[in-house]
Formats: sequence, structure tokens, C-alpha cells
Amino acid sequence: MNDEGRVRKATGFRLFWITLWARAYPRIVGTTREKSWIFFDTLLPVMGTTAYIFLYRALNAPPDYVGFVVVGGAMTAFWINVLWSMASQLYWDKDAGNLELYVLSPGPLMAILAGMSVGGLVMTGARAAAILTVCSLLFNVTYQINSLPMLVLVFVITMAALYGMGMVLASIFLATGREAWHLSNLLQEPIYLASGFYFPIKAMGFWVATAASILPLTLGLDAIRQLLFAAGPSLGFLSVKAELAILSVLAVVFIAGAYVSLYKMEEIGRRQGRLIERRR
Amino acid sequence: MSLAERLMDSSLMRRNNALRSFTVAAWLGWQIESNWADPFLFAIYSIARPVASVMILVVMYSVITNGALDQPIFAYVYLGNALYILVGQVITGVSWVVIDDREHYRVAKQLFTMPMNHALYLLGRGVARLLIGTISLIIVVGFGMIVYKIPISAATIDWPVFLASMALGITTLAALGLILGALTMMMARHFWVLGEAVAGALYLFCGAIFPLETLPAWLRVVGFAFPVTYWLEVTRRALLGPDAVGFPTLVWLSDKQLLLILVGSALLMVIGSMSFYRWAVYRAKDKGILDMETSY
Repeated sequence: MNDEGRVRKATGFRLFWITLWARAYPRIVGTTREKSWIFFDTLLPVMGTTAYIFLYRALNAPPDYVGFVVVGGAMTAFWINVLWSMASQLYWDKDAGNLELYVLSPGPLMAILAGMSVGGLVMTGARAAAILTVCSLLFNVTYQINSLPMLVLVFVITMAALYGMGMVLASIFLATGREAWHLSNLLQEPIYLASGFYFPIKAMGFWVATAASILPLTLGLDAIRQLLFAAGPSLGFLSVKAELAILSVLAVVFIAGAYVSLYKMEEIGRRQGRLIERRR
Repeated sequence: MSLAERLMDSSLMRRNNALRSFTVAAWLGWQIESNWADPFLFAIYSIARPVASVMILVVMYSVITNGALDQPIFAYVYLGNALYILVGQVITGVSWVVIDDREHYRVAKQLFTMPMNHALYLLGRGVARLLIGTISLIIVVGFGMIVYKIPISAATIDWPVFLASMALGITTLAALGLILGALTMMMARHFWVLGEAVAGALYLFCGAIFPLETLPAWLRVVGFAFPVTYWLEVTRRALLGPDAVGFPTLVWLSDKQLLLILVGSALLMVIGSMSFYRWAVYRAKDKGILDMETSY
């Protein structure tokens, strides 16, 4: 409100910024208000990851492989978040009746997606940190960090590319209707396999690893492991610098792609009158 | 009149409420699971996920053993993982119905006012996932036999033990699914992850891919308490034959003893799950949350 009691309307970048934080807010605040996620989203998923750790132990694998699984297990939280809380989110919102409110509000849809990303990143970061801490303590994982600034940079760029990809998927999933549900299901285990969540991606062979590099987590995980573990560099697919460069390109491409695909899908949805239709 | 319509119109179906509830729910479940896409896409969807989960294990095993997939124990590990597909599908298949009806289709209220057996309706809806899981299992095992030379042949399979173990195992899993479904009725949050989380937890404790001896002693007890542990053991023995190399955990038990344990645990699970289900429905009605839509 200004001095005359009139509402000061936000426009341009300020509107984008306000919308972004408005959408991120419930996800960030939800993490601190509702603590039950610590059990359901951390301890329960840890058990599934732990099974792979015990498999490596049963096979007498080198200790660093246990660390590989722990880091991979923590990163699954981000992929699950991107699939179910980014890619499928607009579909859920359509189902719950929120999408029509988004469309009617002056806030840009891109800002809403970006807000979901920021909120999801904070929310999932807390979950991933919890998984990492619990598993590292339980299994005595030894980290040998080569370069902390590089590690932070790789993580940030990976997340930018990953959530950019999530935004692209969100617009695609919105168009696919209830197939979105099945698509999300379909993209779980196959992506764990293709991205090498539980083993070094190098083991898949050069061509498979190259093809899988379109997924930001493939190179992101590989680079993070190289920077975190003594055995990492010898088991890495490409050099960390090369992976960082590719990830940067992926981040730009996915975020730009998200902008284009979102507005394209919105336009098609409006033309066909199916943007907020809930039957599909 | 189609075959399905004739079946539904038969006097047996009209007279038997339980059978009708189960059969109609199974048909409905299949329609919901399969009618969203063309058959080819549906087949890919049904196959890709389980095959990928098995391939994760194959790559992990291969990385550490330098590709020694011809080791006898690999077949045991591979089969454990393949059979585990059914665990996730059956458990979540049954329990997910509550979420689907309550949150997605919003028909929980209508379903409870219909003249049907709701527990059998839940189990019937799970049949579709069981079918998908069975097809995936057959494909994964076939893939293993062709690509990794898993030594299974029709002549060496102990069919009576195999069929008995499958029937008992699926009954036990369905009962567990019903318990989770009943729990879901009383949950307002996190119900989305319940089925998969329990399936993930069981994966750790039931010796599917590594012997229970690898777990700390205090955790092994959990594994011995789960019927799934015995089901996986006896089914693998029946499929691979008496000379197969397996985990040492349950070598002191014969096939018959394992089946007896399974009979006992299946009975316990069925009785326990029905009692728990009735209690959960009563409690949900008492609290007025049976048809709540949480949008969580």
C-alpha cells in the first residue's frame, strides 16, 4: 500500500520475484512446521538405499563404493522431488483446481515454476542432508574432499540443470494429462540405472554413459563423487572440469527450454480449451 | 453380450456378494491401470521399471566381480531381486486403492455406501498390479535365462513347491497390502510414500539380494520375522533345483518346513489384516475421516 492507501501493484521483475517466493514459501515453511517428514522422507527411504550398501558389503566391495551408494541415495531425493513435485506438480495443481488460479493471477507461470524449484530445492536439500548424515554415520563413510569450492559449484550447477529439466517436464506432463502419473513412475528406476545412482557411470560403457549425460544427475553425480572420494577420480567418466562445462550448457538449455515449452503448452492448452480441464 | 457381462450376470455372481465385489474390482483395477495408453506404451511402462531395477543390481554385481556373472550365487541374487518385483506391486497395488479412491477419484463415500465387501474390493483392485507384476517377473526371469544363463528349466523346477509358495506368498503380501490400506485410511500425511517405503524396508531385511548374515545380528531378527524372507528362499529353491548354490541363512530348514512356516504366517497375516482393517474402518468412521480429501 502507498500513502494514499492504494495497492501498489508489482510488475515486471518485481512481480516475478514476489511470485517466485510466494510459491516457494509453503515448501520452505512446510519443512520446519511439519517434522514428520524426518521419518517418512528420510528414515524409510534410507532403508532401501541401505540394502545396496549391504549388497556391496556382501560382495566385499572397496569402502568407497559404500560412499558412492550413500551419495547416490541422497541424490535420489532430488530426482524424486523433480519428478513428483516439479514435473507432475502442474498436473496435480490442475487436479486440485489450483492451476486455474495460477492462470488467472497476474503472476507469470514461469515464476511459479521457479518458486516450486527454489522451495523444492530447500525442502529436498534438508532431506538429502539428513540421508547423507545418517548413512555416513551409520556406515563410517570416509570423505576426501579435493576442492570444496569446486564441489559447491558442481552441486549448484547440477541443481540448476536438474530443476531446469524439471520445469521442462512440468509443461510436458501438463499436456499428457493423467499419463503424467505413469510417466513419473516410468522415470524412476530407469533413471537410477541410466544415471548411475548406485555405481560409477563409467561401468555402463562409454556410449551408454554419453547418452545418459543428457540427464544432469549423471554428470553431476559423477563429478561430485570424483570430488568427494579418494577412488572417485579413477572411476570418473570425464574430468570434473569437462563435466562442469557440459552441466553449465545443460542448465542454460533446460531453463531456456522450460521458458519456451511452458508458454507453448499454455498456448496450446488455451486454444484447445484443455488447460484446466480435469477429465484427462 | 460380452464374456465379462455374462460372467457378471451369472447367478453365482448375483448371489455371492464377496465374489462379485472381488471380481468387479479386479476388472475395474485392470481398466484403470491399462486404459490410459495404447497397449504398446503400456507394455513398455510395465516392463521398463522392473527390468531397470534388476539391471541396477546386475551392474553393481558386475562392477565388483569384474563381470563374473556366471558365479552360481549370481542366479540366486538375480532371482531374489526378480521375485521382489511382486512384493512392491502387490503391497502398493492394494494399499494405493485407498489413496486413489479418496484423493484422486473422490469416491470413497460412494464406495462405502454400496452393497459390497470393501476389503475384498481393495484386494480385487490389487489384482491388476499383481498381473502386471507377474508379467514383469516372467519377462525379467526370461531375460535372465537368455542373457545371463540363469539355470532354470521346466524339467528342474519343483512345481508343487513353487506353486504352493507362490500362492502362500501372494496371499501374505495381499494381507500386508490390506494392512497398509487400512493404515492409509487413518493417515492425512505421507500416505503417498507408505507402500513404497515399506516395500523398500522389506528389501533390506528379507535377504532378497544378500544373505541376512551381512546384517548386524540385532537386525537379522527383523528379517526372520518377515514371511517374505521364507517365501523368497523356498521359491528360489523350487526354481533353481536342489543343487543350486544359495545363501546360508536358512539352509537348516527343509522345503517342507519353509512351506509350513509360510502356511502359518499366511494364516496369521490374513486374520491379522482383516481384524486390523475392520478396526481401521471403525476408527476412520468414528473420527469422520473415512472420506477426507487432504490434497496432501
